[in-house]
Amino acid sequence: MKGEKMASMSRLQAESQVENRIGGPPKVEAQGFSFFYGKTQALKSLDLTVPENSLLTIMGPTGSGKTTFLKALNRLNDRVPGISHSGSLLLGGKDVYDRDVDVATLRRRVGMVFALPVPLPMSIYENVAFGPRKRGVSSKKRLDEIVEEALVSAALWDEVKDRLDSSAHNLSGGQQQRLSLARVLAVDPEVILLDEPTSGLDPISTLKIEELLRVLSERYTVILVTHNPVQAARVQGEVAFFYMGELIEKGPAASMFVRPKDKRTEDYITGKFG
Amino acid sequence: MAPSSGTDGAYGPGALKRPKRSPGRFGMALVQGCAVLTVAVLVFIIGYVMVKGARVMTPGFLLGSPEKMGREGGIFPSIVGTVSLTLASVIIAAPLGIGTAVFLTEYTQEGLFSRIVRFGTESLAGIPSIIFGLFGFLFFVIRLGMGWSILSGSLTLAAMMLPTIVRTSEEALRSVPDVYKETAYALGASRWQTVASVVLPTAMPGIVTGVILAMGRAVGETAAVIFTAGSSLRLPKSIFDPVRTLPVHFYILAREGISIENAYGTAAVLLSAVLLVDFAAYYILHRISKKRPVARR
Amino acid sequence: MNRKEKFAEVVLTVVGLTSVAVLALIIFFIFREGAPFFAEVGLGSFIGGTKWSPGKGQFGVLPMIAGSFFVTLGALVIGVPLGLGCALYLSEFAPKRTAAILKPLIEILAGIPSVVFGFIGLTVIVPLIRDRLGGPGFSVLASALVLGIMILPTMVSISYDALRAVPQVYREGMLAVGANRWQAVTSVVLPAARSGILAAGILSMGRAVGETMAVIMVAGNATIIPGSVLDPVRTLTSNIALEMGYAAGLHRQALFATGVVLFVIIGALNIVARSFVRNRVR
Repeated sequence: MKGEKMASMSRLQAESQVENRIGGPPKVEAQGFSFFYGKTQALKSLDLTVPENSLLTIMGPTGSGKTTFLKALNRLNDRVPGISHSGSLLLGGKDVYDRDVDVATLRRRVGMVFALPVPLPMSIYENVAFGPRKRGVSSKKRLDEIVEEALVSAALWDEVKDRLDSSAHNLSGGQQQRLSLARVLAVDPEVILLDEPTSGLDPISTLKIEELLRVLSERYTVILVTHNPVQAARVQGEVAFFYMGELIEKGPAASMFVRPKDKRTEDYITGKFG
Repeated sequence: MAPSSGTDGAYGPGALKRPKRSPGRFGMALVQGCAVLTVAVLVFIIGYVMVKGARVMTPGFLLGSPEKMGREGGIFPSIVGTVSLTLASVIIAAPLGIGTAVFLTEYTQEGLFSRIVRFGTESLAGIPSIIFGLFGFLFFVIRLGMGWSILSGSLTLAAMMLPTIVRTSEEALRSVPDVYKETAYALGASRWQTVASVVLPTAMPGIVTGVILAMGRAVGETAAVIFTAGSSLRLPKSIFDPVRTLPVHFYILAREGISIENAYGTAAVLLSAVLLVDFAAYYILHRISKKRPVARR
Repeated sequence: MNRKEKFAEVVLTVVGLTSVAVLALIIFFIFREGAPFFAEVGLGSFIGGTKWSPGKGQFGVLPMIAGSFFVTLGALVIGVPLGLGCALYLSEFAPKRTAAILKPLIEILAGIPSVVFGFIGLTVIVPLIRDRLGGPGFSVLASALVLGIMILPTMVSISYDALRAVPQVYREGMLAVGANRWQAVTSVVLPAARSGILAAGILSMGRAVGETMAVIMVAGNATIIPGSVLDPVRTLTSNIALEMGYAAGLHRQALFATGVVLFVIIGALNIVARSFVRNRVR
């Protein structure tokens, strides 16, 4: 429970800092970026900048292009047949769709946590060590360090340190989701994408994850996708509202929820649709 | 459409009562009868062979050598022949079948090429075993000069098993949740790394079940084996030696009327082996369907 | 790292082609061995000939074509209704636990070696027919009974899958308007699963046409066109298996030509079955 106290302390710090950090150098930049599945256009000429070490929450109803945006950024969409794109999508100034980009390296730089917790069918330790191992880290000592560090950062170490070799399936849903996060942290990414990471969790586990994200945004660029405006408001930081493949508006949570600029944003956050 | 209630339109107090004769009761009894009859046939076959063969199945029969063309003595060489032939065919067919399934599920998108591969396996599945026997005889025994041998027989059997292994492995591989793959890819794993460390281990119990079932079919195969592995009663020393498998031995005993007694014994041994293999497969399948890890909802 | 990746891809692609290669080899070898025979004897006198006596150089395969046809027809008459009944019971009426036990049991039937079926036919069915109905006992009827049981697993499991694939709302829709379960099944479920059931029938037919050892043991194997269900009969598959052991020269080629005929019949059945299955998917 020490971890929890620490987390809530740093939460206070983080909250005071979030607003100040906006305006760092751009980490992720979409410039007129469109994305298609066959003939269906999922993203419509998107312009969006995410500064380094900041927290952006993308909210919007189902089918608004939120997930497509995430999966374009780490090119997980490559697996879908018949995709195409136009415009540019930059990570640290480099287009992720450039010919010379190595997809495996890109995906290590851009970690992703999915909606449902996905414990890979192996032990807790092996789950976290999976990424580093595939990158070629084989020293047992180095792996031990990475695993511990990642689990500590994901606020899971205290709960699992005595049973690292037991199956990851024995963890609770909230623990599994923090394990997913630790697994991402273990590959030392620059950007962390989270696709509705709390949709399957209870409120307490949800709050834990949200706190973690605020802490992590001091060291990483965090992009959280949610269909729940209340979560966007809770997490603070910058909020972007996606609707039918378009970015409707973007701004600090504090001002967007008080004074939305667009009628559609207002309708969404007041629960008229979505 | 007949109304299921007995009263016509007026909903009196009896309107919700079950009608005396519900339409279709006869039909339901009929289909139930079909199921009972089928199971009865199965029980009869197994019971008949086991009861008649049990007396013959002594250690001396199992471990002895056949004498006078199998009229007397045991069936040890045939047991050795069946086991080695079956194992050899699994060793050949399993990597090829699983590899094909991995190729179809992970390495290719639906297109002309995958359709050709699928057409090949499905067509192979429909070919009668006697045709495999003819082919094995022409190609392995004569053309490649392998003669009647364990090698020729197991290559022929492997070709026969291939479609079963491909189909069951493909099913097992497709049942691996896509999020597992996405997770591995998102962590920077390459395609082969994802397949080797996440997809295959998850699908393994299902794949093993399929391989075991295919093995069970191979144990009992006769037509494809008799022309490729031969019918020698001697104990094989290497994979280049001919063997007489249990079903072939049984077929010769029964058809040529050499010894109906020993035929029952051989059939009982054969059937026990097949049932054992089948139960092993269902046991594994049952265990995974209980233990299968599913992403929480 | 990248070389390993490329290597895996190349190996798997090659492996993926094995089954196609085996199929091609089978077709090539069987046809090549049978082709000279067609050239020498002629397709017409082979397919249309009613006399098979290799010693006298007579190679008419019509009795065997007729034999395969009658035996298969008989097997379908027995196996299809019985199998469909089983599938209906399992998918629509049986309590869940009962179905969970019965289905694997019926699949065990598929694992019983065909020689064992043949043996049961030889020791139980053949004497029964001889004593009760007359004739030699080795007959179309005995073969049809044995094959009818042997095709049950195919018939049951494929039609079961087809029935299960019918969406539950179809049944509920019928029950909601006051039909009972039997009416729901006959008026909605069966028609909806019809192409799958047809495919099951055709695949069972393929099984029956291709079966060899079990039929040899109960059919009597006379090379005549049977006049009644109690007459002995020889099928295409038996013809090959019976004489392959000692055939040479033109006789051997004639057996491979028999294989070609069998191959063409099976191929046609498979293509028809595939088109039904595909229609169902669409």
